[in-house]
Amino acid sequence: MTTALKAPPLRAIASKATGRKNWGYTALAIFFLAIMLFPVYWMVNASLQPNGTTLETSWFPVKPDFTGYATAINEQAGNLGTSLIISLGSVALSLAIAAPAAYALAYFKVRGAGVVLFAILISQMIPGIVVANALYTAYNDLGLLNSIPGLILADSAHGIPFAILIIRAFMNGMPASVIEAARVDGAGHLRAFWSIVLPLSRNSLITAGLFTFLFAWSDFLFALTLTTTEAVRPVTLGIFQYIGAYVNDWSSVMATAVLASIPAIVLLVAAQKYIAAGTTGGAVK
Amino acid sequence: MSLATDLPHSEGRATSEASKTHGTGTEKPAPRRRSRQRRERLFQWLFLVPAVVYMTLFFGYPVVKNVVMSFQEYTTSTFFTGEAPWVGFTNYVTVLSSSLFSTSLINTALFTLGSIIGQFVIGLALAIFFQRKFPLNGILRSLLLLPWLLPLIVSSAVWRWILDKDSGALNRFLGDLGIIDTGIPWLTSTSLALIAVVGVNIWIGIPFNLTILYGGLQEIPDELYEAGSLDGATGWKAFRHITWPMLRPVVSVVLVLGVVYTLKVLDIILGLTNGGPANSTQTIATQSYNLSFHEFKFGEGAALGNVLVIISLVFAVLYLRASRRAVDE
Repeated sequence: MTTALKAPPLRAIASKATGRKNWGYTALAIFFLAIMLFPVYWMVNASLQPNGTTLETSWFPVKPDFTGYATAINEQAGNLGTSLIISLGSVALSLAIAAPAAYALAYFKVRGAGVVLFAILISQMIPGIVVANALYTAYNDLGLLNSIPGLILADSAHGIPFAILIIRAFMNGMPASVIEAARVDGAGHLRAFWSIVLPLSRNSLITAGLFTFLFAWSDFLFALTLTTTEAVRPVTLGIFQYIGAYVNDWSSVMATAVLASIPAIVLLVAAQKYIAAGTTGGAVK
Repeated sequence: MSLATDLPHSEGRATSEASKTHGTGTEKPAPRRRSRQRRERLFQWLFLVPAVVYMTLFFGYPVVKNVVMSFQEYTTSTFFTGEAPWVGFTNYVTVLSSSLFSTSLINTALFTLGSIIGQFVIGLALAIFFQRKFPLNGILRSLLLLPWLLPLIVSSAVWRWILDKDSGALNRFLGDLGIIDTGIPWLTSTSLALIAVVGVNIWIGIPFNLTILYGGLQEIPDELYEAGSLDGATGWKAFRHITWPMLRPVVSVVLVLGVVYTLKVLDIILGLTNGGPANSTQTIATQSYNLSFHEFKFGEGAALGNVLVIISLVFAVLYLRASRRAVDE
């Protein structure tokens, strides 16, 4: 740790003086990464072990066995589908609500815009259990318990505030002259928004959409509290049910966990640019 | 996650907007122009309406409803009879005087403090390490984000298996090294469970701290270090007198946000220990969940939830003050 603290000055001197590649640091970074990602490796490894035959998971999947996956798909395919529908629905709803709001907050000097932004920030302090507690009673009256629309609406609470902030931050950086030019040419607000602003904001919409998807996909609290039957069951709840009882078949639990991790892994590899944009949020500027 | 650092920016904007509207207000538009302007304003508001409605229904309403419920005897029978008699502060008295309250309050404090310290220290150390230039830096750093992107319940399931007493990977590793003879009951011992849960939460939080702190470090101009090194400020001295003061605004935002997020944590604890063994990992959030959704005492669950809101609000105030200071600096 003390050597790490010397980083900045050393870095400047070393890279200027020698210009040689610091593969030693790369090795150290890979070592840190290996420790941090060991649980992910272990998940994949355990999912490939034959179930029930050995007491102990071996360190490597020497003879990969796919019975865990067979069980997982057999028992959880429906739940994975439910999760997928809810997540896609949440993305659509979140973007439909967040993009116009972000536009209004970034461009119009609407009175009360400050209050809206403040409310968005404060909303992050409200514990999910408080929201769930009140929603359960309301959903019970409205017949929204155990329903996909109910979960789409609730899960969007994870994504909408975040989407508004991230799209607005991006729109703040867009030149106002582009929109003004369109308006002068006679385009109404809706047309300017639809055919100029949205296409120009593509990257921020993708970033917001990907994160909204991940938030809804990972949702556990609303799935746990706003469903009471097997009718609508996201995969997070399926996993919780597995580990809620005594587990004697870890390979299928881990196989389900791997399947539930696919969106995160795919997004991190395939959409890394957008993920990076989302984590820093154009914020630490 | 941009919420933290976005605030200074938005506040600065708000003030500049205020001055602009003030400027146009003094022009005194003609009546016809004014009515057109009013229509224009209305139209602009329409863009904001869906978001305002959603935020009101899914954040505003629950908070108000929760306050109301906390003063009612709201149980399963309420769902059949529709009756929820007013009981004043009875729910609060019951909840706060319960012996479980002090346990879960202490657990919440330990869980939050332990998680934040661990995440921050390791996150900062890694952020400083990744300031160095070396091949594959960017790719390796972004792969480190994975623990943070996985569904929390997935992480809980994986760690349950790693921390298993008899055949978990951790105990086997320690056993192979000859450090232990018999398996350590990480999640089933009342004295170890909280430590294990904190450890897992640290693992989940490191990527967030690393990313935000790394961003903050990148903003510190190299010239400061060059000037500092001329004055003999290198290594630890450079960190104390240049890095830390420059990083302070980002640090306060990361810490306060971390606290606010950690207070709310439910998934990890429910997945790892379900609050057990013997309530040794029960926090205010999990206890509120139990009261409402296992004992069906929604009024008491609401009361305890409100206690959590108040604790979060204290930190919200700290957060706003911290970010205001960040604007000033």
